[in-house]
Amino acid sequence: MSQRDLAIRAEGLVKHFKDVKAVDGVDLEVPAGTVYGVLGPNGAGKTTTVRMLATLLRPDAGSATVFGRDLIADAAAVRSQVSLTGQYASLDEDLTGVENLILLSRLYGYAKPAARERAADLLEAFGLSHAAGKQVKAYSGGMRRRLDIAASIIVTPKLLFLDEPTTGLDPRSRNQVWEVVRTIVAEGTTVLLTTQYLEEADQLASRIAVIDTGRVIAEGTPGQLKSSVGAGSIRVRLHHADQRDHAQAVLAGALGADVELDDDPVSVTARLAPGEDTAAQGSQALGELARAGILVDDFSLGQPSLDEVFLALTNRVQA
Amino acid sequence: MTVTQTDTKSDADAPAPVEKEHLRRLLATGERPAAPSAFTSAQVFAWRSMLKIKHVPEQLFDILLFPIMMLLMFTYLFGGAIAGGTVDYLQFLLPGIMVMSIVMTTMYTGMSVNIDINKGVSDRFRTLPIWRAAPMVGYLLADLFRYAAAGAIMFGTGMIMGYRPEGGAAGVLLGVALLLVFCFSFSWLWTWLGLITRSEKTVMSISMSIMFPLTFLSNIMVDPSTMPGWLQPVVKNTPISQLVDGVRGLFDGNVDSGSVLTTLIWSGGFIAVFGFLTIRAYNRK
Repeated sequence: MSQRDLAIRAEGLVKHFKDVKAVDGVDLEVPAGTVYGVLGPNGAGKTTTVRMLATLLRPDAGSATVFGRDLIADAAAVRSQVSLTGQYASLDEDLTGVENLILLSRLYGYAKPAARERAADLLEAFGLSHAAGKQVKAYSGGMRRRLDIAASIIVTPKLLFLDEPTTGLDPRSRNQVWEVVRTIVAEGTTVLLTTQYLEEADQLASRIAVIDTGRVIAEGTPGQLKSSVGAGSIRVRLHHADQRDHAQAVLAGALGADVELDDDPVSVTARLAPGEDTAAQGSQALGELARAGILVDDFSLGQPSLDEVFLALTNRVQA
Repeated sequence: MTVTQTDTKSDADAPAPVEKEHLRRLLATGERPAAPSAFTSAQVFAWRSMLKIKHVPEQLFDILLFPIMMLLMFTYLFGGAIAGGTVDYLQFLLPGIMVMSIVMTTMYTGMSVNIDINKGVSDRFRTLPIWRAAPMVGYLLADLFRYAAAGAIMFGTGMIMGYRPEGGAAGVLLGVALLLVFCFSFSWLWTWLGLITRSEKTVMSISMSIMFPLTFLSNIMVDPSTMPGWLQPVVKNTPISQLVDGVRGLFDGNVDSGSVLTTLIWSGGFIAVFGFLTIRAYNRK
């Protein structure tokens, strides 16, 4: 990939805090115009990585460019292209919503009347007009998050960092944030999103880096990461628990795959070998079960979830 | 069985849904105004401080009330003992006590800077393409307003109590101006401290242990010639004593230009040293 198509290229970023290696050699290549997910548990080094890339922390070692500009030598140029929505709302809690946006619009260079107009526009687009005159400390978590994102797009950034944007939000607020992220990317902004929710990365990101203990332990599209741990699975929930052994034998014969008895006493799961056509195998399995007179309550075909991927990867590192 | 119907209230505070089309239009404008000048950005930060005063007016309380208390207490408690009468003592004390109370309130700036740093909002400021010193200068500009207000209140109270400035209005205005210049410069010590310390409590305790000796070991309350000989040169040459000499001289109309000049040199020194250290600490955060 040429330098120009990359929003971020980071090589060997390291940051230590006293004796703790928060980030221990992170390499990243983030293609422009996409959502890039950085996935990892608490304390994996996600926030530290983002803070370095947003010029808030100076790396102890390594280098990075943002749209070709050097992070350290050309920090001012980097700052003019990025904006950051931190893990904890980066807003002044004593001020009202509209005052926060006017303040920041002015700091982005808007003159007073234009700043007022921009603030009102953003509040309306984010559904916050009714709370414009309220102090931010009285905002709910979801409202704060929205205002925070609104503040980040006062001037449309080329690159937006979202550090755990939905942590602690209820499902409705979370969906709204996802909608906002999709809209922002559709308009051409690159988004680097950190999250500890696998579903979130799966929903939004076109590429994902999995970080654990300060290192990237896997990188790729969500599909690649999933297939790296194995192919799909077929899960069958039976009507009669006493038919389970029979069902296990039928499935094993029909699919030539490992069939496990689940913790749930009425269900079995067949793990397909990599490269198998999950859909064809599923239809075949269902037919064989019917022919054997086994009653099926529920039947599902699935790719491995990112949860499985994640656990598999992090276990591998610890082993 | 009876079913009680509960009215479900729609939450008045719940935000409306995000308007995607509107958002798209806002993103698409692609406007990129030129970065604000250093002066404009500092001014915007000063506006922020004024808004904070508007929303949390209690913070003005101690800044305005404390000086009046100091003035009343020192005049009526010590006036008789030190100067043989409260009227004479007030004449001596007022410029000094004004310097003392206002210079003491400068340490709040360090606490405000520290509170900002520990909250997410300073991350936002630090990713903006603005003059790096703007947040601090903004604070200091707004603080000048508070100092001027405190000065006016003390002066008004003093006039009611019988104080009469020999230097006239011009002398008083120049004296206050000198005090404000010093406070602005001296505050860089606190902004630096606010940036390098861990919590606002630490800022408070360090500031106190600097301020107390600095203000008491001075010519504010008593004439240094009554002190032991070895102490006199120390006391006479602290920046606070020089400042008090300057302000007192301007108020009394018998100013010694040496003390004004020394105060201005001290002020320049504070800005040069602690301004530099502040910006360095801010960039390294």
